[in-house]
Amino acid sequence: MEISYFPGCTLKTNGRNFEGTALPLLELFDIHAKELDDWYCCGVSFSQSADNLMQQIAPIRTLVKAKESGNTRLLTLCAMCYNTLQRAIFFIKSDEDKRDIIHDFMYREGTKFYGDEVEVVHLLTLLKEIGSEEIKKRVKKKVDEFKIAPYYGCMLLRPKEVAIDSSNAPEIMEEILEAAGCETTYFPFKTECCASYQIVNNSEIVKARTKKIVNSAVKNGADVIVLSCPLCFYNLDEIQIEIKKEDKNFKTIPVLYFTQILALLMGIKSEVNNFSLHYIDPTPVLKRKGLL
Amino acid sequence: MPGKIVINDKTIAFLEKIIELSGETITLCDQCGTCSGGCPVIHEMDITPSQMMHKVQLGQEDVLESKTMWLCASCNTCTVRCPRGLDVAKVAEALRQVKLRQSIDNVDLNSIPKEDLRELPPIAIIAANRKMIS
Repeated sequence: MEISYFPGCTLKTNGRNFEGTALPLLELFDIHAKELDDWYCCGVSFSQSADNLMQQIAPIRTLVKAKESGNTRLLTLCAMCYNTLQRAIFFIKSDEDKRDIIHDFMYREGTKFYGDEVEVVHLLTLLKEIGSEEIKKRVKKKVDEFKIAPYYGCMLLRPKEVAIDSSNAPEIMEEILEAAGCETTYFPFKTECCASYQIVNNSEIVKARTKKIVNSAVKNGADVIVLSCPLCFYNLDEIQIEIKKEDKNFKTIPVLYFTQILALLMGIKSEVNNFSLHYIDPTPVLKRKGLL
Repeated sequence: MPGKIVINDKTIAFLEKIIELSGETITLCDQCGTCSGGCPVIHEMDITPSQMMHKVQLGQEDVLESKTMWLCASCNTCTVRCPRGLDVAKVAEALRQVKLRQSIDNVDLNSIPKEDLRELPPIAIIAANRKMIS
């Protein structure tokens, strides 16, 4: 099966460990993710003001590209891309007048997008569709006493109309990881915000958030945190180094994309993990647990 | 000292402007405080999200001088929890837009060391641009 794929900017830079593990993983299920030709930035953050239609153009152009690809499904890995594209679909479907203005603005661009032609699918949703049985069949390694704390952050869960699972009590990552034979641990901060783009000019806020999130995962017995958002990844991973400099008693914990764990369990060569992109080195714990 | 509440054409015009920009019926807010209770960055704010909502309801333009709207990271926790169905994050965005449309930015990317910018994921920089730079 082939599915159109929108990587977005960060999967080609800081998030190469995410893309590098996700695409070979899908090949194991005979799913080929075909990258869109000449894709645009998705806009990253959905336009929240009622009259700012310019900010809607970027995600809509991406959706036009997806429509032109001929495939009705568009795969995303990055949580921010997922959120922005999905909200753009709801926007274009819900307001005909604004849709007409956008079509008029893009009149030289040929293809018009109405909202129903493309379905944006996050990788977690796709893996859930594939199902536990198929996931189980492909697992080659067994791990014991390796506790994984799935962290969802915001963009996969909020607002409700784009949530890939329950906004308050998501379980989708747990279901997939448990199907692959992992043990997951609940921690109450798994749906809390890491302070997102505030990292650019206000890293103290991110430090305060990361400290709470990481402490909560550690106290609940986690060996690693896994996630799906490249911005959460940076905020939870890099910032732990900064916290450690200030607080010697702070206990760090490796952060990984959920696809990295699955790829290791399914016997995909470990080089695709690009461990040099990690700030807290996950290799010692992965070796200890027999995954490397 | 709490100030006297003044309602006049100017305060009503400000409320109506924020309603227009956010697309939210801000007058529905009944000050229950759920948004403030769940806000992950409230510890950094000078007024709470519910106080921000109240100030907008009363048309108090000094809400624009608060840090609260800039600290909102659009995590939408308040949005999914508001019992009145209000998208509080959109109200914060509307307030940011009032400033940004006067070319009043909240971030100067030139003041951030280039090596830091190189380390940051592109999505962080683009999102900050969209939310805090005109």
